[in-house]
Amino acid sequence: MERIEAERITAERMSFDLTKTPLRDVNQFLHRNLKDGDDRHIEVQNPDGAHSIAVGLNHPVTVEIHGHAGYYAAGMNKHATVVVHGSVGTGVAENMMSGKVHVKGFASNGAGATAHGGLLVIDGDAGLRCGISLKGGDIVVGGSVGSFSAFMAQAGRMVICGNAGDALGDSLYEAVIYIRGEPKSLGADARFEPMTDDDYKTVGDLLKQAGMDHDPKSFKRIASARSLYHWNADANQEY
Amino acid sequence: MCGIVGLLVKKPALRQQLGELMVPMLIGMTERGPDSAGLAVFAEPLEGSGRKLSLYSGLTDDGADFNWHGLTHALKEHLDVNAQIEVKHNHAVLSFEVSPDMVKRWLHENHPKLHVLSTGQAMDLYKDIGTPAQVAERYGFNAITGSHLVGHTRMATESAVTPDRAHPFTAGEDFCLVHNGSLSNPNSLRRMLEPRGIHFDTDNDTEAACRFLEWRLREGDDLETALQKGFEELDGFFTFLMGTPDKLALIRDPFACKPAVVAETDDYVAIASEFRSLAHLPGVKNAYVFEPAPEEMYVWNA
Repeated sequence: MERIEAERITAERMSFDLTKTPLRDVNQFLHRNLKDGDDRHIEVQNPDGAHSIAVGLNHPVTVEIHGHAGYYAAGMNKHATVVVHGSVGTGVAENMMSGKVHVKGFASNGAGATAHGGLLVIDGDAGLRCGISLKGGDIVVGGSVGSFSAFMAQAGRMVICGNAGDALGDSLYEAVIYIRGEPKSLGADARFEPMTDDDYKTVGDLLKQAGMDHDPKSFKRIASARSLYHWNADANQEY
Repeated sequence: MCGIVGLLVKKPALRQQLGELMVPMLIGMTERGPDSAGLAVFAEPLEGSGRKLSLYSGLTDDGADFNWHGLTHALKEHLDVNAQIEVKHNHAVLSFEVSPDMVKRWLHENHPKLHVLSTGQAMDLYKDIGTPAQVAERYGFNAITGSHLVGHTRMATESAVTPDRAHPFTAGEDFCLVHNGSLSNPNSLRRMLEPRGIHFDTDNDTEAACRFLEWRLREGDDLETALQKGFEELDGFFTFLMGTPDKLALIRDPFACKPAVVAETDDYVAIASEFRSLAHLPGVKNAYVFEPAPEEMYVWNA
């Protein structure tokens, strides 16, 4: 990988300019050239909406993307911290396993889909289907989320500081949603539940990790009524 | 898949650069739509009864060697019409000061394979098969001037890859539409529109949406009302971008299945399926960038 064009700022800090270095080379560098124990700081300049920036990372590296990223930014992330100083397209941090992904702008559809672990923070709004099929990751959205968010979410927490579109938490399993504003509508089997002391602590911790300053007392809890867990032949398709 | 681009310049001085700014946008959407490309551009309308047709000769036996000047002579001889013509390869803009229906009827009878791309006073329309870069080169899109335009790169899913099934689609006068997505009820729309005397050129699903919306506008709906009826009647996935002589309009289906992103500065409003197509625009790093919400109407005035 000697041919890669990168600017070394300090021993632990490197910068790639995507107008000069192909994205594939940058991703391969991030996959192959980081050794266990490395704690590097990588900057990516001029992302210009490219897809799949910093996908599949597997090291505790910090990657800062300066500008708008395209689809699947930081997808499948493990251990790494990825910060996007801009917006992201569809599927940011999809299937994240661990680590942290922080979007300073807005995110399009399917943000944090199927994430198993880690923390996704979106300062702005998230599009439709945010946290769809969430499997254990945490998502904090500073703005509002679109319709069908947390659809079939199985585990993990989602904190929404703004409002939500239609059918929030449709067919929820054991993931829990905390919302400060109002959902346009709740999905099938999702219901408001009383906040407990544990819930206030959870919201407070997640807001702190996300760097957001709201009173946990202003959030409401949404979880599954579990009425869809078993097939009910008498339901007559009405849920 | 398909790619959509739109550009509206807010300052008259920028109208000279419309094509130059747009070509990288169109080429940026090549991965989303490599099989055909097209655009419709709006400029100062012809005065009075002046009308123009955008014509495509690629489907005639002579193709790009079509005898365009013979056509204007024949129009003079048979219809006593003084027509001007501007030719680019297999494309021409024919302008005249008589009823466009009369000219189109004559063209249909005498040159049935000559495809009428559009009719109007302000709009020119180009579309052909080929990569966006090839189509842009073929018609000199770089040099295009005007106040606003809509463009499209196509990856066909619902009908064949042919020039007449490329986008933009048009209906009536000075109205065009590009589409990313697929409709599930184009045939029922057709069955509703055809008995009302509305003729279809192709079997393409987008054409049904285009003719539906233009029919509503002709029936007296304003653009917003027509789009609201579109939300009620059109079923399927869509991001639609539409152009009229003084407006660009964008809508997305309620599930936001197809993407769109907008960048706005003091100089322009630029719309694309993805930010990749906006990244080169001057001042875009400081532009207001947002994703249009589903089932909302976005209308920008030229």
